[in-house]
Amino acid sequence: QTRTISGMVSDSKTGEPLAGVTVSIVGRSLATLTDSSGTYHIFAGSSVSALQFSFIGYATQTVKLAGDRLDVSLVPEIANLESVVVIGYGTAKKKDLTGSVALVTSKDFNKGQATTPEQLIAGKVAGVQITSNNGAPGSGSTIRIRGGASLNASNDPLIVIDGVPLSNDGLSGSPNPLALINPNDIESFSILKDASATAIYGSRASNGVILIVTKKGRRGKPVINFNTQFSVSKLPGYADVLSADEFRNYINTNGDAAQIALMGKASTNWQKEIYRTGIGSDNNLSVSGAAAKGKLPYRISVGYLKQQGVLKTSDLERKSAGINLSPSLLDDHLKIDINVKAARSDARFANTGAIAAAVNFDPTQPVYSGGNRYNGYYEWLDPSAVSGLKSLAPRNPVGLLMDYNNNGTNIRSIGNIQFDYKFHFLPELRANLNLGYDVAHGYGKIFVNDSAAQKYGSVVEGKQYNGQADKYASWRDNGLVEFYLNYTRLFNRHKIDLTAGYGYYDFVTRNINFASYDASGDLIPKTTPNFALDKPRYTMLSYYGRLNYSFNDRYLLTAALRTDGSSKFNSNNRWGIFPSAAFAWKLKDEAFLKSSSTVSDLKLRLGYGVTGQQDGIGNFDYISYYNLSSATATYQLGDQYYQMYRPGGYYYERKWEQTTTYNAGLDYGFINNRIYGSIDVYYKKTTDLLNEINQPAGTNFTNKIVANIGSMENRGVEFLLNVVPVQSKDLTWNVNFNATYNKNQITKLTVVDDPSYPGAQNGGITGGVGNLIQIHSVNYPRSSFYVLQQVYNEAGKPVEGVFVDRNKEGLINENDFYRYKNPDPRFFLGLGSSVNYKKLSAGFSARANIGNYVYNNVISATALGTNILNPLKYLNNGSSDLLLTGFAGGGDKLIFSDYYIENASFLRMDNIYLGYDFGKLFPQTGNLRMNLSAQNVFVITKYKGLDPEVQGGIDNNFYPRPRVFVLGLNLDF
Amino acid sequence: KKLDRLPKNDITAGQVYSTPQGYIEAAAKVYGAYALTSNIGPASPPGGGDIKGIDEGFSDFLRLFWGAQELSTDEAVIAWGDAGIQDFHNMNWSSSNPFLTGLYYRSLYQITLANDFIKNAADEVLNAKGFGAADVANIVSFRNEARFLRAYQYWALLDLFGNPPFVTENDVIGSNALPKQIGRPALFAYVESELKELENLLPNARTSDYGRADKGAVWALLARLYLNAEAYTGTARYNDAVAYSKKVADAGYSLVGNYQNLMRADNQKNTNEFILTINYDGTRTQNYGGTTFLTHAAVGGNMPAAQFGIDGGWGGIRTTKALVNLFPDPSGNTDKRAQFWTSGQLLEINDQTKFEQGYAITKFKNIEMVSGKPGSNLTFPDMDFPIFRLAEQYLIYAEAVLRGGTGGDASTALGYINALRTRAGAATVGSGQLTTDFVLDERARELYWEGFRRTDLIRYKRFTTAGYLWPWKGGTVNGKAVEDWRNVYPIPVADKNANPNLQQNPNY
Repeated sequence: QTRTISGMVSDSKTGEPLAGVTVSIVGRSLATLTDSSGTYHIFAGSSVSALQFSFIGYATQTVKLAGDRLDVSLVPEIANLESVVVIGYGTAKKKDLTGSVALVTSKDFNKGQATTPEQLIAGKVAGVQITSNNGAPGSGSTIRIRGGASLNASNDPLIVIDGVPLSNDGLSGSPNPLALINPNDIESFSILKDASATAIYGSRASNGVILIVTKKGRRGKPVINFNTQFSVSKLPGYADVLSADEFRNYINTNGDAAQIALMGKASTNWQKEIYRTGIGSDNNLSVSGAAAKGKLPYRISVGYLKQQGVLKTSDLERKSAGINLSPSLLDDHLKIDINVKAARSDARFANTGAIAAAVNFDPTQPVYSGGNRYNGYYEWLDPSAVSGLKSLAPRNPVGLLMDYNNNGTNIRSIGNIQFDYKFHFLPELRANLNLGYDVAHGYGKIFVNDSAAQKYGSVVEGKQYNGQADKYASWRDNGLVEFYLNYTRLFNRHKIDLTAGYGYYDFVTRNINFASYDASGDLIPKTTPNFALDKPRYTMLSYYGRLNYSFNDRYLLTAALRTDGSSKFNSNNRWGIFPSAAFAWKLKDEAFLKSSSTVSDLKLRLGYGVTGQQDGIGNFDYISYYNLSSATATYQLGDQYYQMYRPGGYYYERKWEQTTTYNAGLDYGFINNRIYGSIDVYYKKTTDLLNEINQPAGTNFTNKIVANIGSMENRGVEFLLNVVPVQSKDLTWNVNFNATYNKNQITKLTVVDDPSYPGAQNGGITGGVGNLIQIHSVNYPRSSFYVLQQVYNEAGKPVEGVFVDRNKEGLINENDFYRYKNPDPRFFLGLGSSVNYKKLSAGFSARANIGNYVYNNVISATALGTNILNPLKYLNNGSSDLLLTGFAGGGDKLIFSDYYIENASFLRMDNIYLGYDFGKLFPQTGNLRMNLSAQNVFVITKYKGLDPEVQGGIDNNFYPRPRVFVLGLNLDF
Repeated sequence: KKLDRLPKNDITAGQVYSTPQGYIEAAAKVYGAYALTSNIGPASPPGGGDIKGIDEGFSDFLRLFWGAQELSTDEAVIAWGDAGIQDFHNMNWSSSNPFLTGLYYRSLYQITLANDFIKNAADEVLNAKGFGAADVANIVSFRNEARFLRAYQYWALLDLFGNPPFVTENDVIGSNALPKQIGRPALFAYVESELKELENLLPNARTSDYGRADKGAVWALLARLYLNAEAYTGTARYNDAVAYSKKVADAGYSLVGNYQNLMRADNQKNTNEFILTINYDGTRTQNYGGTTFLTHAAVGGNMPAAQFGIDGGWGGIRTTKALVNLFPDPSGNTDKRAQFWTSGQLLEINDQTKFEQGYAITKFKNIEMVSGKPGSNLTFPDMDFPIFRLAEQYLIYAEAVLRGGTGGDASTALGYINALRTRAGAATVGSGQLTTDFVLDERARELYWEGFRRTDLIRYKRFTTAGYLWPWKGGTVNGKAVEDWRNVYPIPVADKNANPNLQQNPNY
């Protein structure tokens, strides 16, 4: 006998009905969904005693039946233990995870303007550092998970969108590889941090994996969402340089008559001249629902973004569209997931050389000369030169911007179709086929008109060429095929989940090589490239297997093995084997804790795994290839000029770099998960480090090559704490805090240990040519600063040119350099809080880095008398630090002083927001929310430069990050 | 097999060495690596230079060689602040000096290129290719020239670093075998024996194509090698120096009429005096070293760039008063070789980093000799650089005779010296004035800034000693002696570390 049970499901806090809740009969494969008014009807036999209600973001409830009507209110989940987390090749419930995996869903994303996806989660996850590269619209970020694992290979994590791994290679015409993903389409990020979680991605997972899942259609009536944001960006400040008056004073005091005569009469703040207030808008419309009687969930979205950079002439416009279809066929045995995302960005890239020029340009000179030459811009002149311009002098910053037109377009589409088939005769067995692509086309043009000073008057073969009209174009044609089988079965208290699969990944880029032209379209001689097209390509093959075993739902074991082949290695070294294992113990479910009301969750995790790396190295380096020289690099023998065949350096024995990770973690929750979080400790050791080493002279066609020599360690602790101090019907207050400690140390760099080997220098700086400020040295963190120790007088003022003779040889030379600090923070912290009071919401998120140091190249290159009173007969401006140090400059050592290494620890208020929910505009529909937010609100730091957060640790006039004010409206129908 | 991927445009050694044209283009690299810094002119994208770990613009042979030979002496100071560059003049370089490292790797890189070519052009390899006889003969000639270029680089290493690792075409490139040193005397003997063999293999002097080595170049290098033999091995070889410089002198070369036309944009016309050149071209052979460096870095202060055929000076190199004082007066009126820019410049140097201190040198101009017009490109001069020219051989002859070398005579020596002086418009000298010290000074007057000075001062034992001081020698304003072991440069720590076989030079 059957009966119909009905009822309504609502939110326990707001009382609002919940649509799309899965209502199922415990122990049977029968389920239904609530409709838009939250009601449901389900047929149930008389033996049915209870129903289960589950919905994403809410705790699943099983409620006993007492009659034919059952109304339920679901409690929003705090710790999301039931949340489904996307892991490699499958999903798992958060409570069943054995590895270190962080999940951030849309409700926890950073509020305010996010032009590219990674900005949504900056500061949210322990162990994950996201640093925007600069403030240009759409600019990318550097993402480091647990510090990265490599030296010369890539340190970027693998990013997978809906099952399509992205290539990290930038493409011309695009500001950043992720910039074409519309952040509004993203549902969640899963960040796989330890090797037991990432090893299933084997070869490409050494630096962690970020899995991005986009929003999908849901069963229920169509939901239309429109949101729009209006933003205003302003520069938080200017680099501290001498004002026109300070500058005059300095020249009058220190300059000779000729130099004093060079000054002009104006008082120009060049930085003010090149920056502006940027406005932007971001508009998104999406429709989601399910067609064909709920069999075809869909989501369609379109977006339009337009953003002005704070640097004049930098603009971004992006149009994006996405379609997601997830039909299920054959009685839900075949699920198909189709994702197609496409975007087109049109960007104007500013000539960022203007940023340094604005710091350096003489403030006593006017913007415009009053004449017509060089488009009317004031420039330093040299009448004896053909161009009329002083060579090596900076060019007018405003002219650099206005005369430079670099317009790039990028069209990209990422998509896949995934078939997931549950066998009819054996429902425990699933087959999954994933076909994906990532194609892009970038192209653009750089045009500089024929009187612009920046490209004026080059003489080739007796003819003068002015301006520039160059083109660029490239394509990416990446494709992938993945197939796996999954078998899941519960035998009494044993649960087995077995996955085995295969993957094929092809990475193809096509670059067009263009000749160079001047503004009038005349070919600049000898610039025609040898080959019009180049096509770098590499391919990878993978086989993998994974076993998840759980006993009594209390002891969980995961073991995975993946083997990868890469075309970048010779046929003997191609394959790498990457095993991993992890164990988790749900202590909470043990008898001694089961009844505890204080402890609501406790899980211990232990993991081990090996991952590989082959990103960031040459495609064909295992044999020597001969390259034909360009037409400007030919050699004269007799009357003829010959192109030259240059044999390339090669490293036959190159193989996979391997990173072994050990991780121990504890997930905890107290007082009904009002307090929850996790703590992880990890140790990562990278061996066979892809490390650029010196070749024994005479043995190769290069003196440095990336070999597998050396090892490096990262060890760290991650701590995550979420607290809900107040939770009531009207008021909820959340606080989340994360802290990470990471210590990086190189343990080996050379084949033979040699204490006299200082290490491999890196980190180019301006000032002089080819100077390097950093070094990879054994027993030190990578890219430590390699500097001379400054001597200070009693007043604490640095004494120019006087350094500590550290090796007591009686002179100061390369042997007196020492390693002092490094750019990576020792600690990085994230703090966020949100308060919801009735219809009002407010919150903030802040980040802090502690122990990160920056080489202030702006000061070291400009705060010098020789820079200001340039011997080449022009004047430069420079950092106001000059007034403190009074450095005259000159000499080759000063630039290496540790005086320029500054503590750049900071606290940044990333975001503050205030939101109000107006509720329904119409009787049934039209929910309106409004929010106001401010980004990059303030920074607390002792660092003297404009912004302490400098990726790589060398501050050299990067595009400053603006402060952004955003007004947003969100409307649901 | 899906994992076998090949580059689209680059090709393998097998493909390069399958045609005569491929051989010539590979040989062009063996030569061209003297002039260029990479395979893209003027510079590759980052990481594309031939030599890594040094700014590409600094990494060409001539600029590095010039710095090691000139900046360490009385002939040149530099204003710039690039790490390690001031250590030359201050004479406190260490084994991690980036310029010495770059020079060492550049020389050994060129040796490696030569080894690769010589191996691929071996008779048994060539015979299997089925090329025509004329092609084979041409390739064999290039093979012999590659041996000469290799011998030249070994001479440079012998002179600068003393005891470098030793590799020939018999060492497999890309193998794990670590090269060994053979010691300075053995290396001297190797260079000598190669040159003696090549003396019979290369074309007759003055018969090769421009820019290609012939017997004249072989003799010139032998003469230079023998002149310095005592410094290299402890055993003097002045008789041989006399013999070989005489062979050059008698080979039909003659001095260019006007000394000031030696270093000009169209100096490829000076084939009567030039024995072998490194060739540059403003359009087709572009780089930031070589004569680009010599013309731009020497211009600063109030020197008008246009007068030098360039688009602007770099304000770097000048000379000390020690060189200026070798001339009766700096105006050029009494000796045309005195090419100094004095306006706005001070003779005395209190601060090496100020271009205006020390006289500037106007020897190198990207200006055509007759027309006075600038070269084809204002950034990259057309000027070639002679690594051997007749005047040096005259000076070798004179010095070797004065040092007791037999087979020559004093009157010929005097004639050679006076030929140089007459060309310069300087007063001739009598036999009484002709001493070894006079020859050293005459070498400075004739050859300054051409890359000889350090070798000369070492031969005269004046490089490190207190017997001869110049401004800022050893880092003090009036100069001071430094340790004798600085007569050779150190094996760079970069290679010492990569190759545990290597022994460091004493005291470094």
